[in-house]
Amino acid sequence: MKVERWTRTSRVFTGGLAVSVVILAAVPLIFDPDVVQKLTTLLILVLLAAMWNALAGYGGLLSVGQQAFIGMGAYATVFFANLGVPPYAAMLVATVAAGAISVPISLFALRLRAAQFAIGMWVIAEVASIVVRLDQNLGAGTGISLIQLNQYEPNFRQAYTFWLALGFAVIFLAALFLLLRSPLGVSLQAIRDDEEAARSIGVRVASRKRLLFVLAAFGCSAAGVLVVANTLFIEPGSVFSVQWSAYMIFMVLVGGLGTFEGPILGAILLFAIQATFTQGGPWYLVGLGATAAFFALALPRGLWGTVEERLGLRLMPVGYRVVGAKREEADG
Amino acid sequence: MTIVNAILQGIFLGAFYAVLACGLSIMFGVMRIINLAHGDVAVLGAYIVFVIVDRTGVSAFVAFLIALPVMVVLGYALHFSVLERSLRAGILTPLLATFGLSIVIQNLLQLAFSPDVHSLGGSAGAVTTSSWQVTGGLSVSALGVLVLVTAVVVFGALQLLLSNPRLGWMMRATAEDADAAELVGINSRAVYASATALAVVIAALGGLFLGIRSVFDPVSGPTQLIFAFEAVVIGGMGSLWGTLLGGIALGIAQTLGAQIHPQFAVLAGHLLFLAVLVARFGGARVVLRTAR
Repeated sequence: MKVERWTRTSRVFTGGLAVSVVILAAVPLIFDPDVVQKLTTLLILVLLAAMWNALAGYGGLLSVGQQAFIGMGAYATVFFANLGVPPYAAMLVATVAAGAISVPISLFALRLRAAQFAIGMWVIAEVASIVVRLDQNLGAGTGISLIQLNQYEPNFRQAYTFWLALGFAVIFLAALFLLLRSPLGVSLQAIRDDEEAARSIGVRVASRKRLLFVLAAFGCSAAGVLVVANTLFIEPGSVFSVQWSAYMIFMVLVGGLGTFEGPILGAILLFAIQATFTQGGPWYLVGLGATAAFFALALPRGLWGTVEERLGLRLMPVGYRVVGAKREEADG
Repeated sequence: MTIVNAILQGIFLGAFYAVLACGLSIMFGVMRIINLAHGDVAVLGAYIVFVIVDRTGVSAFVAFLIALPVMVVLGYALHFSVLERSLRAGILTPLLATFGLSIVIQNLLQLAFSPDVHSLGGSAGAVTTSSWQVTGGLSVSALGVLVLVTAVVVFGALQLLLSNPRLGWMMRATAEDADAAELVGINSRAVYASATALAVVIAALGGLFLGIRSVFDPVSGPTQLIFAFEAVVIGGMGSLWGTLLGGIALGIAQTLGAQIHPQFAVLAGHLLFLAVLVARFGGARVVLRTAR
């Protein structure tokens, strides 16, 4: 009997993922800016879903206020660009600055439980939104453009933004993947499975949660930076909207809470749904809300979690599996 | 005098928040869950009253009495369709399920009533316009007094209900330990469902006041939920009279904030809420421990 992480499927899949990143990097060279912009949106969704899942799926922290970081990332980009920082450098500075705000917030937010944490984060997002509305230099309530990006020719601008999105998605997903595989990851998965039990065997739950909270904040800030780079215009009513939380919850619940692959699947599904119902509208949102509620009640492990459970399929090796002696012989 | 007037108006505003928060407080007290669709349920109540007023021409208060049985049925439906399942599934599921429900209610209202704003002010009679001028800068509106009196009556009635030897005992026993309550012959399912129905009815009362005080639209719910939850937390989660005081504290913070700048009103309420959370959960102690 032996314990293994990698299976043949997960080797093939992880290798395939690496290859697809390389292929994706070539997208701006081949396709129209229109397609590139859409794929940038997909990458933003993947990033957001993965970060919300890191928080809720592994930390047990359900936030309805991650739009605080999306909005702060987006507005910090405009803020630094207006100070004269070159736009793409401003995006990196903004990601770090907005993400770093999560450290002081974590000092008290992580002591809150369940609904207190969820709505507490929501109120923090509302406060950030009101503060932006009070600032005339950031366009107050009417919104502001990232005019500094106009210095680039549109095709190049779209390509640079796409590569930045791809870079952010790879960095944050890789960070989460490595975190889950590290010795820390074992304790994170223990917290996911049973927080009290994990605490009782000496897992330092609070510091582990802080790690996830800060990682998710940086990831959401990066997503906010990409939103302003992709759309060029932001207003507090949209970047600080609770709708972002609705999307994140939908993607993670449908894909699979607490699985690595699930949120990626959820993001692709949401992207496909958005491409189908281009008008959006109330019926589409009724569908999203009802589906999220249905999955929460009836299929809490989501599509991927259910598949994984039934078939024992594991595409990204973040856990361990015990391979029985007999099975090994059969394989060999 | 403007400060005294602001505090007085804050008490009236806070009584409204307390009515909104009351149902949230009941459900948390009995079931330990927070219904994230609570604000949308209140707005749904306002729309139901609006439809009755629109069709029959009765006053908004009469329309609310007609709407009551509908709200009771909706409360039981909410419990048996969503909450009961989610209660058994862990700490995060009720939040996720009711958040999904919140989006569904908002957008169904959008489909049925368009995104335009509505108001019940015109159909509530003289109470919306009359006020007493106490001195130069101090005026007491009839509506403010009505909301405050209603809030005290609602919380008083709940106090009586909970201290009722039989009903209150069943509610408190179920809240303490549902399984143990079952053992001594209490039907905890029925207790939970009744608590939800009660919460929905009081939420609709909050919706009625919302519609009379100002305007509402299909997406007004989340803001009402945030204010209601802030009232519950400021007053101390699980304490009924605390919720009334918490609502009033929130109302005063908002009207005092508005004295500085109109846009500070909501901000001041949020900051009070966050300050209470920091104070209660020992923010200072955490900083020290991390520093060491």
